[in-house]
Amino acid sequence: MTKLKRVLAGTMCLTMAGSMLTACGDSSSSSGSAADVAPVEQKKEGSEDSKNTIKIYVWNQEFQGLFRRYYPEYDAEKSGYDTTKNEKTGTGDDFLKDGKKVVWVVNENQGNNYQDKLDDALKKQADSDDKVDMFLIEADYALKYVNSGYTQPLKDIGITDDDTKEMYQYTKDVATATDGTLRAVSWQATPGLFAYRRDIAKEVLGTDDPAKVQEALADWDKFNDVAKKMKDKGYFMLSGYDDSYRTFSNNMSKPWVENDTIQVDDMLMKWVDQTKDFTDNGYNNKTSLWDDTWSADQGPSGKVFGFFYSTWGINFTLKGNSLEKSVDDGGKEEVGNGIYGQYAVCEGPAAYFWGGTWLCCATGSDNTDTVADIMKKMTCDGDIATNITKDTQDYTNNKSAMDAIASSDYASDFLGGQNHIALFAAAAPNIKMDKTTSYDQGLNEKFQAAFKDYFNGNATKDEALENFYKAAIELYPNLKKPS
Amino acid sequence: MASSNKHKSISYAKWGYIFILPFFIAYGLFQLWPMFQTIRDSFYSKMTVGLIEYPEEFVGFDNYVDLFKEGEIFTYFGNTFIIWIIGFIPQIFISLLLAAWFTDLRLKIKAQGFFKVVIYLPNILMAAAVSMLFFAIFSDIGPINDVYKSITGSESPYQFFAHITSTRVIIAIINFIMWYGNTTILLMAAIMGVDPSLYEASEIDGATPSQTFWQITIPSIRPILIYVLVTSLIGGVQMYDIPQIITNGEGSPTRSSMTVVMYLNRQISVGKNYGKAGTISVVLFIVAAVLSLAVAAFNSKDQLAERKAAKLKKKKMKGALKI
Amino acid sequence: MSASTTDHVGEHTNKTKLLVRRIVAYVVLVLLTIISLLPFIIMIINATRSHPDIQKGFKFVLGSSFGSNFKHVFNNTDIPLLYGLRNSLIVAGCCALLSTYFSALTAYGIHVYDFKLKKFAFAFILVIMMVPAQVSALGFYRFMDSVGLTNNLIPLIVPSIAAPATFFFMKQYMDSSLPLEIVEAARIDGCGEFRTFNSIVMPILKPAMAVQGIFTFVANWNNYFIPSLIIDQKELKTLPIMVAQLRSADFLKFDLGQVYMMIFVAIIPVVVVYLALSKFIIRGVALGSVKG
Repeated sequence: MTKLKRVLAGTMCLTMAGSMLTACGDSSSSSGSAADVAPVEQKKEGSEDSKNTIKIYVWNQEFQGLFRRYYPEYDAEKSGYDTTKNEKTGTGDDFLKDGKKVVWVVNENQGNNYQDKLDDALKKQADSDDKVDMFLIEADYALKYVNSGYTQPLKDIGITDDDTKEMYQYTKDVATATDGTLRAVSWQATPGLFAYRRDIAKEVLGTDDPAKVQEALADWDKFNDVAKKMKDKGYFMLSGYDDSYRTFSNNMSKPWVENDTIQVDDMLMKWVDQTKDFTDNGYNNKTSLWDDTWSADQGPSGKVFGFFYSTWGINFTLKGNSLEKSVDDGGKEEVGNGIYGQYAVCEGPAAYFWGGTWLCCATGSDNTDTVADIMKKMTCDGDIATNITKDTQDYTNNKSAMDAIASSDYASDFLGGQNHIALFAAAAPNIKMDKTTSYDQGLNEKFQAAFKDYFNGNATKDEALENFYKAAIELYPNLKKPS
Repeated sequence: MASSNKHKSISYAKWGYIFILPFFIAYGLFQLWPMFQTIRDSFYSKMTVGLIEYPEEFVGFDNYVDLFKEGEIFTYFGNTFIIWIIGFIPQIFISLLLAAWFTDLRLKIKAQGFFKVVIYLPNILMAAAVSMLFFAIFSDIGPINDVYKSITGSESPYQFFAHITSTRVIIAIINFIMWYGNTTILLMAAIMGVDPSLYEASEIDGATPSQTFWQITIPSIRPILIYVLVTSLIGGVQMYDIPQIITNGEGSPTRSSMTVVMYLNRQISVGKNYGKAGTISVVLFIVAAVLSLAVAAFNSKDQLAERKAAKLKKKKMKGALKI
Repeated sequence: MSASTTDHVGEHTNKTKLLVRRIVAYVVLVLLTIISLLPFIIMIINATRSHPDIQKGFKFVLGSSFGSNFKHVFNNTDIPLLYGLRNSLIVAGCCALLSTYFSALTAYGIHVYDFKLKKFAFAFILVIMMVPAQVSALGFYRFMDSVGLTNNLIPLIVPSIAAPATFFFMKQYMDSSLPLEIVEAARIDGCGEFRTFNSIVMPILKPAMAVQGIFTFVANWNNYFIPSLIIDQKELKTLPIMVAQLRSADFLKFDLGQVYMMIFVAIIPVVVVYLALSKFIIRGVALGSVKG
């Protein structure tokens, strides 16, 4: 037995010694470079194959669907795309009309997987002969890529200020690097509104007229008063903890991070206090974003007055959840099925946006012309924007196209005949996006997660804040807690 | 005779090396080499945050000092242990009970084959999938809360995942469901291996079933019980998927369901803090190795006893042959 | 007389006791059966329900969307289910073969031969048996990346040659059921060492290899962590990656009905293999740890 122990101990020692050896052997230290927006120099040219392939990194299939349906140079026939059903039925690759192949690299976002894979590919780009041409990013971490040498200034690939003049300013602010160059464009604008139940509004506020309801919800004090009235009548004002978060976080007075130090804005503490009050007073139903209870609250059995939702949320998620019998189960999207037609929208107490996807051109791309063309068609073209909005009800990033729909007699059955595009068009220019950092995504997530313990009564406010810092620094080990 | 024996073992020794070579090459290449890098990382301050790589720097044992000074790792070892024990106690209890029933000749349980197949079935599912399913049934609007509301008459649901104990218990229940079948079958085999003459003797002495169980069965299967305990403990140390999915990676509430491997994973999720991750890995490795040592100790003791028995047998046989 | 009556009464109470015990046993067993089948029941029910329906909370009622869920999963050309099935079969199958064969080989090497490093080798494997995959995963990925083996099934298969736990099981099994006399006898017959292993020892190890083969198969079939690091090309993705991809789909495509359907499809092969071989497995689980 003792012998065995000695052998085992020896094994351990060897393992440790081995590690020391490698430690000595590998003296090359990686070059630590801070954000540098100058494009990364390419040491290797793309291969012939790479020049004929548009390689696009995405985390889901949303853009793929739009691209196949709306990009004029997409070769639907060769790619096996059914233009009547708007569905890809073939299993082969996607092709453009000039014969170039489109390769999608889809990495799901679970556990930061998408960004890890993308970062890896971008870092290797200079030495690789298989070039990434385009990749997609979200607003919350856009600056991470925009303020790096891995994205190209769009003017370098031929996209002019004139091309992007119809875009909402905030969508450009999000994607502008420290040197002032625009580096990503989006086909969407995602202004947020407050979607409320008309029937509950009538019962509690005596009216379901969006203008009058907006008056009652114009600022947070009024909002809180209405919340109390809702409670008295047996309703919840909001569904859960996270619902109002973005209306606060989009209106912060200082950025999340300065000089590598995390700073918690007063706005966020306002959200904390309001949500704690709402929870303790029973003004909300204690749900979390996207969980089943939250979704059910939006449906016929829900007792919740309203939801903060942006463009896509209203037309897809809220609409789907409002039905008694879903479309998949043979239900129809019509008045009478669940509470279809019972919602309306108003601006709510504060301007905000939620969501959106931006397109970037990777430094080193050997297909910049095609990438530029994709961007121009998908994000700058007014006709395509109008079509996307009319077909999919998504709100697109084109002011005059949207204003045209806003001033038309467009009406949404789902919202009881309201022209919500008009409200979006009015709200979009008010969005501010000048306080973003590349850390917003993680810090917002961790902040909401940490304070859930406070709302639930498992932690004090200070403990929750402490846990937030802990989680934040695990996520971004380069950051510091404020002293 | 002796010399020829020696000669034989020398001439065949090279085959021993040849046979174990593929294993060690594969292990060295795919596991050991990467592990060396992990261990090396633990002596460096080294991190990558998104696209930015920070220069690495040799810091000696600083990472270890920091880790222990910070002390969180103990909390997470504690969490892991608590969740493991909540699952393990019913697991060993139920498994023993079932194993005793299945092997009880007087009880004559019918459809044994069916029950054995069924209790083992959850083990073949993805842990992540099982976690998702349990998350759905314990949700605020799930069936468990329907029952809860109808029993208590309460308007509002019981929020299982907003409470420390219920979250831990649910994770433990999932562990239990996935593993009790395996344990039952192990214990059953052990009980069947017990010398039947011991049971006959106890029956003649008029022992009750519970007396027989505690005084004959349990002492006889002690080695297997220890084996089950240690392997389960080692599995427990590595607990990850279930709490990860159930708490969405947060170990909520207030990090009370955060296990060590989840903690390790958080160091390499968005920002890659290789130094700290390496340090946690080494600590985890040492804990796992110590537990393995326990298995080895138990195993070699067992083998020693067996070898002695085998030698005796051989001697007897030789004796018999002589005669 | 009196003695016989007490005997009779004793027998009677014994019988009642036995009956009570039997009833308790069956009640517990039926309860446990329900609990064990619960995950499968929930999964099947949810696979028949549409996404909005699932989001309204779980109910023990079958939905009517089984067909549409299946069609959606099957027709999604960007998450090609058939490729996923194929890749998972290749990876899990090869891993099962390699891991059992080489583990048996290694265990045999240590069991049969005497050599200087034998004890060291055995102890070494025991120590590494319990190392969690996370400890070496990042280094493994960096290594595979540096030799250009990402988006390749090889790094998911070849490392299974070194499976410490399988080795341990094999070694235990050999200790109990592989007498060295057989090897000696084969040698006397002039059988080469490899032939002895392949044609004489392997058949003896069959039950243990079958059990470990199935375990390895199931473990690799369900493995998400390492494959998700190595693979991002859709034609090479394994089923767990596809499930994860469906789970993180965008709001347009996010469909729990599809997620459950995919999980359902993904476990069918394992359940079939398991049920077909269940007798084998249940007998086998105990083989390695218990000496008969």
